[in-house]
Amino acid sequence: MKKVMSLVLALVLVALASAVVADEGKVLNIWCWNDEFQSRFNDYYPGVAEIAADKSTTTLKNGVVVNWVINPNADNNYQNKLDEQLDKQFDGQLADDEKIDIFLIEADYALKYVADEASLDVRADIGLADADLADQYDYTQKIASADGVLKGVTWQATPGLFAYRRSIAKDVLGTDDPAAVQEALSDWDKFNAVAEQAAAKGYKMLSGYDDSYRTFSNNVSAPWVTGDTATVDANIMKWVEQTKDFTDKGYNNKTSLWSAEWAADQSAEGKVFGFFYSTWGINFTLVGNAGEAGFGDWAVCYGPQPYYWGGTWICAANGTDNVETIKDVMLALSADKDILKKITLDTQDYTNSISGMSEIANDPEFGSDFLGGQNHVALFLEAAQKIDMSNISAYDQGCNEKFQQAFKNYFDGNATIDEAKAAFETAIKEQYPVITTVVWPE
Amino acid sequence: MHSMTAMRKKKKGSSISYAKYGYYFIAPFFITFILFQLIPLASTVYYSFFSYFRDGRKWIGPTFAGLANYQYLFSTDLPRYLGNTLILWLIGFIPQILISLLLAAWFTDYRLHLRGQAFFKTVIYMPNLIMASAFSMLFYTLFADSGPVNGVLRLVGLTQEGAPIRFFASILGTRGLIGLMNFLMWFGNTTILLMAAMMGVEASLFEAAEIDGCTPTQIFFKITLPLIRPLLIYVLITSMIGGLQMFDVPQILTRGSGDPMRSAMTMIMYLNSHMFSRNYGRAGAVSTVLFLICGILCVVVMRSLDTDRKEAKKK
Amino acid sequence: MTTQSVKPQGRGVSAGLHARRILAYAVLGVLCFLCLFFFYVLAVNATHNHYEILKGFNLLPGADFSKNLAATLADSSLPVLRGIVNSLLIASLSALLAIYFSALTAYGIYAYDFKLKNLAFTFIILIMSMPTQISALGFVRLIGRMGGTNRLWPLILPSIASPTVFYFMIQYMKSSLPMEIVEAARIDGCSEFGTFNRVVLPLLKPAMAVQAIFSFVASWNNYFTPALILDSKSNPTLPILIATLRSKDVASLDMGSVYMLIAVAILPVIVVYLLLSKFIVAGVTLGGVKG
Repeated sequence: MKKVMSLVLALVLVALASAVVADEGKVLNIWCWNDEFQSRFNDYYPGVAEIAADKSTTTLKNGVVVNWVINPNADNNYQNKLDEQLDKQFDGQLADDEKIDIFLIEADYALKYVADEASLDVRADIGLADADLADQYDYTQKIASADGVLKGVTWQATPGLFAYRRSIAKDVLGTDDPAAVQEALSDWDKFNAVAEQAAAKGYKMLSGYDDSYRTFSNNVSAPWVTGDTATVDANIMKWVEQTKDFTDKGYNNKTSLWSAEWAADQSAEGKVFGFFYSTWGINFTLVGNAGEAGFGDWAVCYGPQPYYWGGTWICAANGTDNVETIKDVMLALSADKDILKKITLDTQDYTNSISGMSEIANDPEFGSDFLGGQNHVALFLEAAQKIDMSNISAYDQGCNEKFQQAFKNYFDGNATIDEAKAAFETAIKEQYPVITTVVWPE
Repeated sequence: MHSMTAMRKKKKGSSISYAKYGYYFIAPFFITFILFQLIPLASTVYYSFFSYFRDGRKWIGPTFAGLANYQYLFSTDLPRYLGNTLILWLIGFIPQILISLLLAAWFTDYRLHLRGQAFFKTVIYMPNLIMASAFSMLFYTLFADSGPVNGVLRLVGLTQEGAPIRFFASILGTRGLIGLMNFLMWFGNTTILLMAAMMGVEASLFEAAEIDGCTPTQIFFKITLPLIRPLLIYVLITSMIGGLQMFDVPQILTRGSGDPMRSAMTMIMYLNSHMFSRNYGRAGAVSTVLFLICGILCVVVMRSLDTDRKEAKKK
Repeated sequence: MTTQSVKPQGRGVSAGLHARRILAYAVLGVLCFLCLFFFYVLAVNATHNHYEILKGFNLLPGADFSKNLAATLADSSLPVLRGIVNSLLIASLSALLAIYFSALTAYGIYAYDFKLKNLAFTFIILIMSMPTQISALGFVRLIGRMGGTNRLWPLILPSIASPTVFYFMIQYMKSSLPMEIVEAARIDGCSEFGTFNRVVLPLLKPAMAVQAIFSFVASWNNYFTPALILDSKSNPTLPILIATLRSKDVASLDMGSVYMLIAVAILPVIVVYLLLSKFIVAGVTLGGVKG
């Protein structure tokens, strides 16, 4: 009797389960370039039932099997493969279970996919309501919108701050109090003046050429590219001017981002005043590079200009047969305050819930040992609201990379400023054949 | 029956009845080649006459553009990258062939009787096994501003604290290191090939020369070198082709930029930068130019090889 | 040559020989140091953790060998074992196809007279110089249409046409394969194909051993083509995995694992090489005896 009962029960369950997925595809293909989203998904998406031993698939409670397609980013590999698969998808060459359902994108090229039919409207097609999205940071939606249509959502917000060494600040400015240091660094003129003071005491203000780049490039007055013309913003030329000045006067260490020298400058033996870092950079990279000797010797302030750095957006692919599942995933991983708060408390990753983050920011108990007890979430909360991303273009990735690369020659003394400009023009026209003119300020 | 034919044919001095086997035996090679290389190559060349690229997600073209892509390449930097490729290859190849000749001569010199040859050969060939990209990454670490090489230089007092030699910020440093890597990766390989050739030389020739009182240097230049000429040419051709295809090492070392000021940008790196942006037209044109250059190079080398043979026959 | 001055025999010669020997050992010593040093650095770095490596170069081994190895093997986003199996399959099958069909093609041109013989030879020599990269775009499209995306065969079958291996084979035949042997086999009643397999191939062993290594290594280390055909997640090769590591999110990039994976990637090649290096040496001597 018991056996029969359990059998009936099992049958009912199976029937229920298959009923749920009746009009849903059985396979949810997610395209991404690393396992960051995969681990967030497996750890925090409530619909997860089972994860394959090799993690290549995740089975959901509604019976859908998530298939992870991960292609590394090197040499544009991810975007090229994604483009080819999307082309096939639109040509009708793919079976339903081969089609891309979700793909991830980064901010610097987001518009390429957001302004294209490749991605679905988060509101109209997927069914997220304005109320669901109200608690997200505005800038995270601007980056994933084209003509006012929201095409992607994210679980993170990545505001940037200036992280400085307390001991060096004390030596140079006589104080390590974040409010006082912020006062001393609140605009670029003051920042440069402090750089001079620091140099006089044998310190470097910044580590390398690229450290301050994002604070300039995030605050431009027009998009990088319109039509077939790339416009170099005056603010970006200010970065050139400042960096050349810092290099010639010895205010920096001539390092490159992510190099061994750059990392070493963050260790206890380093002589660098501070680093521009966003959320993940402080909680993962800087903590590691600083080492145990650096614990308590760091603090954060806003710095001269607000900016953001990094982030990953979730897009629903046109042609998906899993709209309901995608809606549920988007709601859970970008609009569920409790889940997002939990991610922040567990992993220190800063998440895209304004109310959730402000609860942590206002929690007097919360503070970072690494930052000498400072509540950095409170600063992130402020900084994130000031980010203005209305001037992004689909070509930002290449423009930013090629610009920094070209002017490295100038800072290194291998080229004059005009030669560096020419080098940038060559490189950018190579990467984006559609660009035929480059306009310089003045 | 078969053997009878063979006998008869042999007497006539030809083996014409076997001609069909020639076709059978080379068929797999040519079928594979046509399928996997010629057809793709043909489409590559075809698109070189079109303006055809991606702008974001959208395809622009193909629109027939005549020779516009070629015009663009030659009016911009292509000749420079060709020069770079040649320079980078020579920086590695010259020491490579000299050292390899020296080592091969030593190894095959029975009077010198070097011990541990198996060990030495095994070791010097090893760098050829390491992935070029991994090798390049390693060099990047070693010669970094705070790397061990600079550490040693400071220790011996050649540089000052805080003023390391910034190898990758100088044209000479970057090119020199690429050459050094290519040398290290290939000299063992070349040594083994040359040894094989030198050991193929009739031992009695050396004995005779020695009895005549030739010094090892004379034997090397007057007997060994001329006799291994075919293999030297083989080494030259393959190395030149390898040089034209140079990609992994400078790509990783300069992070794809070829900087300082693109002085280390090779032809394939240039091709790669067009492939990166899915510019079928320009990538096709670079490919076609490369193909023509390789073809011309080979014809030149073949010609010199042929005249060489004819002269040898005359003698 | 006979007019050259005769050097005094005895002590003078042996002293000169002695000096040359010392010089030879010194040069070899330096070169060996240069060659082994990089393997040493690699091995040492594989035993350090991420932050120790970033802080600068280490001369002595660290304590994180097993940690790095465990991290590399256990990292579920990196199917290392699958990568090794794929790399082994592709590299060894490519090498086998390359040497067999190159020998076959070379023999076809070397042993037979036919109308297109010279044309075929010249053609192969011309395409020998063709970098694979130049047809890569067309290749990927073609394979896509043939349903070969994410399969192994598009990386194996093309090696049937390996012009450089062919060139080496035909050069070797010219120096070491007397046609009399072929004629003798024919007289014994061997079929043409049988002659090639049973008589010619064994004679080519030394050349095939050398070329097998070259082909194996080239295929093993190739990143460019496999990255265009395969997906890193489900079906990687080792170089693709290394690229995955390098392009992983900067925050989670672990240099210790990177070096460990590189070490894992080159170890099998070295083993295969050490096993086959005997063949090479033997082959070299064999060719020497034949003259």
